[in-house]
Amino acid sequence: MFEANQLSLAIWLPIVGAIAVLATGNDQRAGLARIVALLVSIVTFLVTIPLYTAFNKTSGDLQFIEHMPWISALDINYSLGIDGIALLLILLTSFITIIVVISAWQVIQEKVAQYMAAFLIMEGLMIGVFSATDAILFYVFWEAMLIPMFLIIGIWGGPNRIYATIKFFLYTLLGSLLMLVALVYLYFKSNGSFALADLYTVKLTLTEQLWLFMAFFLAFAVKIPMFPVHTWLPDAHVEAPTGGSVVLAAIMLKMGAYGFIRFNLPITPDASHTLSGFIIVLSLIAIVYIAMVALAQTDMKKLIAYSSISHMGFVTLGLFVFNKMAFEGAVIQMISHGFISGAMFLCVGVLYDRMHTRKMSDYGGVANTMPKFAAFMMLFAMANAGLPGTSGFVGEFLVILGVFQVNAWYAIIAGTTLILGAAYTLWMYKRVIFGAVSNDNVKALKDINSREGFFLLVLTLTVLLMGLWPAPFLDTIHSSVDRVLALSAVTKL
Amino acid sequence: MNNIFADIQLAIPEIFVFSMACVILLVDRFTHERMPKASFLLTQATLLIALYLNLAGAPASGTMKAFNDMFILDGMATLVKSMIFILTFVVLIYSHDYISERKMYRGEYFVIILIAVVGMMVMVSASHFITIYIGLELLSLSLYTLVAMNRNSDLATEAAMKYFVLGALASGMLLYGMSIIYGATGSLDIESIRNAIQGMQSDDVMLMLGLVFIIVGIGFKLGVVPFHMWIPDIYQGAPTSVVLFIGTAPKIAAFAFVMRLLVDGFQALAVSWSEMLTIFAILSMGMGNIVAIAQTNLKRMLAYSTISHMGYFMLGILSANPNGYSASLFYVIIYSFTTMAAFGLIIMMSRAGFEAEEISDYKGLNKRHPWFAFMVALVMFSMAGIPPTVGFFAKLSVIQALVDVDKYWLAVVAVLFAVIGAYYYLRVVKTLYFDKPETSEPISANIGMQFVLTVNVFALLLIMPWIGVIMDICSEAISKMG
Repeated sequence: MFEANQLSLAIWLPIVGAIAVLATGNDQRAGLARIVALLVSIVTFLVTIPLYTAFNKTSGDLQFIEHMPWISALDINYSLGIDGIALLLILLTSFITIIVVISAWQVIQEKVAQYMAAFLIMEGLMIGVFSATDAILFYVFWEAMLIPMFLIIGIWGGPNRIYATIKFFLYTLLGSLLMLVALVYLYFKSNGSFALADLYTVKLTLTEQLWLFMAFFLAFAVKIPMFPVHTWLPDAHVEAPTGGSVVLAAIMLKMGAYGFIRFNLPITPDASHTLSGFIIVLSLIAIVYIAMVALAQTDMKKLIAYSSISHMGFVTLGLFVFNKMAFEGAVIQMISHGFISGAMFLCVGVLYDRMHTRKMSDYGGVANTMPKFAAFMMLFAMANAGLPGTSGFVGEFLVILGVFQVNAWYAIIAGTTLILGAAYTLWMYKRVIFGAVSNDNVKALKDINSREGFFLLVLTLTVLLMGLWPAPFLDTIHSSVDRVLALSAVTKL
Repeated sequence: MNNIFADIQLAIPEIFVFSMACVILLVDRFTHERMPKASFLLTQATLLIALYLNLAGAPASGTMKAFNDMFILDGMATLVKSMIFILTFVVLIYSHDYISERKMYRGEYFVIILIAVVGMMVMVSASHFITIYIGLELLSLSLYTLVAMNRNSDLATEAAMKYFVLGALASGMLLYGMSIIYGATGSLDIESIRNAIQGMQSDDVMLMLGLVFIIVGIGFKLGVVPFHMWIPDIYQGAPTSVVLFIGTAPKIAAFAFVMRLLVDGFQALAVSWSEMLTIFAILSMGMGNIVAIAQTNLKRMLAYSTISHMGYFMLGILSANPNGYSASLFYVIIYSFTTMAAFGLIIMMSRAGFEAEEISDYKGLNKRHPWFAFMVALVMFSMAGIPPTVGFFAKLSVIQALVDVDKYWLAVVAVLFAVIGAYYYLRVVKTLYFDKPETSEPISANIGMQFVLTVNVFALLLIMPWIGVIMDICSEAISKMG
């Protein structure tokens, strides 16, 4: 029973747990809500661990398959299954959720139960997205995620939160609804099936594929976000509470890329090849232009948000050059960026909780009052810039290497990010951390407490582990990447 | 000539409800002072017994006709009637406290509602222009009276007046159309009309003229753009308990009304009416969703939202195939239950002398009463069609019906307007969760009603695993149509 329904357990446990957290009631029992939330998130993480240990790494096929009829009239099924790529993303999700719960421990004092519950529900839905193998089930999880995120930004966010959260919601809704129309079209094309496996084999003309590709592209490009539909992200990030930013950057952005892997590449392979140049150009623009935009920011969160867009450009670049090494690099970059961007937002959160400002000009000389914090942030800044030995290096290096085999110019342009990325990250670091103590507020800063130290240390270890010994991650995805590439190489005409 | 008793047997639920309406009218004279609840309880019992009679008398297969083919009983009629009873039953539970606080708790209120129910039943089971018209008028006249029930309110009186004048105009249009069709085909019986049309040219001017007038009549009754003017005023002006009724059961009855007229009668002209309905649908989705953005009154906003939902509802019908009809039926059932929850919540938030109908009345509800806030939010998300609420599946079903008949561009238009629509529903959620409360007055509501409402709202979410069953029921009902 337990063995057979492991994925369902990972999806529904946090959601049921969230109801338990809500049941603790108002803020008088906030402590209880925090403890229950932490327990639920830890248990969920423990539930997802056996997925990794029992996973057969030599097979690229879907594993842990579950299947139950749901809506017979439209042949929609509750079917789940994961490959290596989904597995890593699920582990990332359950890991980051624990960090988010711990990071909110003291910071969130209002409506604690609702805050924790929203993140737990998000966790369940995100795991659902990564494990759904029925298009409508995928869509339901995908869209349902908008609701908790909308509330997280809107309730606990910054001053301009309402504008940001409505923009976030409508932007993503527009993209997703067009995807829905595309899915329904495919449903009739495949003689009435929403199962992804059936959609992979249905024959489509190039025109059809181009339309479908564009519909999927809009949904996923908004989520990643790719240039030029990225404008919601800086707003959402700046206004979101720290936990919201972490989940947004670490996991939700990956869903767009995951969508490309699950939908665009296998369902519209010919269109993917035809339009790969278009995607590559957009990716390169994101990598270079957005990195330059990041240089011009004065707000730390905005800078990291732009840096996320730039890094996600690497992912889309890696996916659309159809080279195994670049593809694997893209997947590793997704995971690694999850850790690093999460860590960077947590660092900004640590500073923001003390100073209530994100402007770099309000800081300066933080290293003098917060030496431990400065050390942690140094490491994450380096990882963000892609320093060898950190996880940021592995993904970017593999992508550049893979792209180089396809087209040297692409690789060279993409490579400039190593300079630009280092420039904006380190410049920010210098302005915030180094120098003389700039004002009395900075002088009064207290260094990180043990709770903050704990989650920064855990993330540090992960980033270093992935940077120094990426084999466990790469081994998991080898066969799955082969399978996706094989599917995207078969013509459907 | 059939045996008259066999005929009567088919119409037992109608006869029962109508007799009970007369009985309650009499009984209320005597119990009014001493046992004011008697009429309410009798009405509820009537609805439950009628539900039972209706299900017990359902034809096992095929269709049954009675009264010289003026009356028809088939799978769709049984399903739609059952829904009408259930919706009316719950509506009356929600209305109970509201009407007694506003001195409308009188026998007439229940009697008129029962007569409206009879009107809907006749309309649903009509297979003849005359029966359709009688049913429709019975319903409409009852509704005009209900809107004007609160005699002291200027707004309500104005709304009732508008409703009456426009409704009469629409009935006139419908009758005029019917008379032209009678001239063209020589019959008022729907089946004979269908047969007669099959033998005629599909661009026959007489037929077209008649069809246009009938469609205009339908458009008025459904309240689709450009015949929607009465809806916002009624929704805003009428007592909330009456809007609750108007917004739910009659919408489902209207589905049957459209099916009997257009699909049963004019199937051969499907190409023509499908085009006309397409225009209505696009205009309704556009107008409804865009104008709703500008509203500050929640009831008025929901009125425009109704207009847009009627546009979505038509998407299934204009696909002109059984898949589309069952999608529309599914849509309108989901929509009715969602609307019922929405107005139920407005009623619950209202107190004697205070109508919680401005959106700003809901500011910071999450701080005052998180449970209610969550319910309102859930209803709004369901109306916007965001998964995992049932509203999403309603939208999915009509969109798949459109794609099925290759109307891709219409599906895309529907989707784009859904995004615009999401904005004003989100704004309500924003008011609930992100704004600061202006009063800290506690909200009190009758426990029984809270319970029913909670079940109603959570059904919008928790019905998910069984949503397929409802879809199956709908398509089965359509396949059993005459």
